Amino acid sequence: MSTTSEKLYRNRRIKNAIALSLSGAAALFGLFWLVWILWTTLRTGISAMKPGLFTQMTPPPGSDGGLANALFGSLVMSVVAILIGAPIGIAAGTYLAEFARKKPIGEAIRFVNDILLSAPSIVLGLFVYTLVVHTTGHFSGWAGSLALALIVLPVVVRTTDEMLQLVPGQMREAALSLGVPQWKVTLQVLYRSALPGIVTGILLALARISGETAPLLFTALNNQYWTADMSQPMASVPVVIFQYAMSPYDSWHALAWAGAFVVTVFVLLMSLLSRAILLRNKASHD
Amino acid sequence: MTDAQFATVSAIAPTAAGAHAAAKSAPKMAARGLDFFYNGFHALKNVNFEIAEKRVTALIGPSGCGKSTLLRVFNRIYSIYPKLEAKGEVLLDGENILDPGYSLNRLRSKVGMVFQKPVPFPMSIYDNIAYGIRHHEKLSKSEMDVRVEQALTQGALWNEVKDKLKQSALGLSGGQQQRLCIARAIALRPEVILLDEPTSALDPIATGKIEQLVAELKDHFTIAIVTHNMQQAARCSDFTAFMYLGELVEFGDTETLFTKPAKKQTEDYITGRFG
Repeated sequence: MSTTSEKLYRNRRIKNAIALSLSGAAALFGLFWLVWILWTTLRTGISAMKPGLFTQMTPPPGSDGGLANALFGSLVMSVVAILIGAPIGIAAGTYLAEFARKKPIGEAIRFVNDILLSAPSIVLGLFVYTLVVHTTGHFSGWAGSLALALIVLPVVVRTTDEMLQLVPGQMREAALSLGVPQWKVTLQVLYRSALPGIVTGILLALARISGETAPLLFTALNNQYWTADMSQPMASVPVVIFQYAMSPYDSWHALAWAGAFVVTVFVLLMSLLSRAILLRNKASHD
Repeated sequence: MTDAQFATVSAIAPTAAGAHAAAKSAPKMAARGLDFFYNGFHALKNVNFEIAEKRVTALIGPSGCGKSTLLRVFNRIYSIYPKLEAKGEVLLDGENILDPGYSLNRLRSKVGMVFQKPVPFPMSIYDNIAYGIRHHEKLSKSEMDVRVEQALTQGALWNEVKDKLKQSALGLSGGQQQRLCIARAIALRPEVILLDEPTSALDPIATGKIEQLVAELKDHFTIAIVTHNMQQAARCSDFTAFMYLGELVEFGDTETLFTKPAKKQTEDYITGRFG
C-alpha cells in the first residue's frame, strides 16, 4: 500500500517539477526580450540625450538639432485627444454600467466597444484620413488628435464601465434609499468610489497614445518646424522616431534613440503613477 | 397599540386578506394582498403584513423565504432593478406607495433603509451624514452641524467620532460603519426605518450595540428588521412575522410567537427542526 502511494507522490512531484520549469522558462523567455529592448533603449537613448533635445527643432540631415517641436506636438495632440476621448468615454461607460447594465443595447455597445478597443490603430488613422484629412484637404494636428481620441475612447469606456460595476450594489441601494435621484448618486457617490480606477484608465490611455505612430502618419503627418497651430501638420515623437530610424544618418539615429528613450520613460512613469493610485486607493479601503 | 388592538393584527395573518378590520389599529405601514415577482418567479404570495407605529417588527424565516424581498418593497428599493414587479397594496399612513404616482423621493425620505453590509460612502464621516440632508433641505452650515451631531448622537456614534468628522468614513470599524449607516438613515428624520439583516456582518459586541440602539430608536421611529438570528428577533422586537416559501405563515407579538406558536411550521422553525 505504502509503496503505491509513495510512487503516486513521486509521480506528482515529477509532474509538478516539469510544469514549474516549463512555465518558468516561458516567463523567462518573455522577460528576456522585454529586458533586452528596455536595456537597449535606455543605454543608447541615454547616450544620445543632450540639453538641446528639448530646445532645438528637428534638424535636416547632417546638422545638429533636437526634438522640441516633436515633443510639443506629441504633448498637445495627446492632451487634446484625452480632452476629447475621456469625457465621452466616461459618459458612455457610465451609461453602460448604470443605465444599460443588463439591457441588450448595453451588451451590443459593449461588444462594439471591444471591437474598437482591439482595432488596429492604422485603421483608425485611415478612417480619420478619409473623414478629416481628405475633406479638409490637408494634414493637421486636429486630425491627429481625433485619431488618438478614437484610441482613448474605448479604453476609457471599458475602464469606466468596469470600475463602476465594481462599486458594490449595496452602495447604490444605500444612496438611492436616501431618496437621492440616480444621476446625483452616480455623480456624487459612485464616481467618487470609482474615481481612482477611472483616472488610472485615462493615464493608461495617455501612455498608450503617446507611443502611437500609425494613426498619426496619415493625419498629423509631420512638421520640420515649430507650430502651435493645430490646423497645420504637426510633428510628433513617434513619427519622428519612425522617420529618423529609417534614415541613413547617424545623427538622426541618435535623435530617434533619444526620442524612444523619452517616450519609454514617460510610459513607464504613467504606468507607475496609475499603479500607485490604485494601490493607495486599495490601502484606504482595507 | 394595546394588546387588544394587536389581537386584530395577528388575526389577519396570513390568509384573511380582507381583514381591513385591522385598519382601526392604524398601522404605520401595511401590505395588503401583496404579490412579488422576480422575472416571473412568484416570490411573495398574497402577503398581508403590518408594521406598527413606534414599535419594532421582526421578520424571520429561512433563506429565500422572501423576508428581505418584503422589506425591500416598503421603500420600493427593488424598483432599481429591471423585471421585478410588486402587485397589491402597500400603505404608508393609508396611502398606497405602489401607486406609480407616489413620489419615490418622498417615499424614501420617509422610509429609510439600512443594509446587511455596512456601506459608508467614500467621503468624510460628516459628509456621509450630510449627504442625504443636503438633497432634501437647504440648511446653513451651523444648522447642518447641529443636524449631523444629532444624527450621530442618535446613532450612538457621536462620542467615538466627534474629533474626526473630517476623516474618511472608510477608516471606521465595521460596527461603527453600520452605526454610521443607521445615523445616515435617521439624519433625514424618516418615519420608518427598515433594517435588512443589519448585524449579520458584525461581531457579537458590535451586534449588541446595534440591538441596544434599535431599542432606543423605537421611541422615535417605526422599525422593521429582517434577521436570520431568532434570538435577535426575540430580544429586540415587539412583533414577529414568520415567513416560509414566500408566504407569511404566522404574525403576532414576539412573545406569543416564540412561546406559543399557532402553526406547526413556525414551531418547527423556531425549535430548529428546519431552516
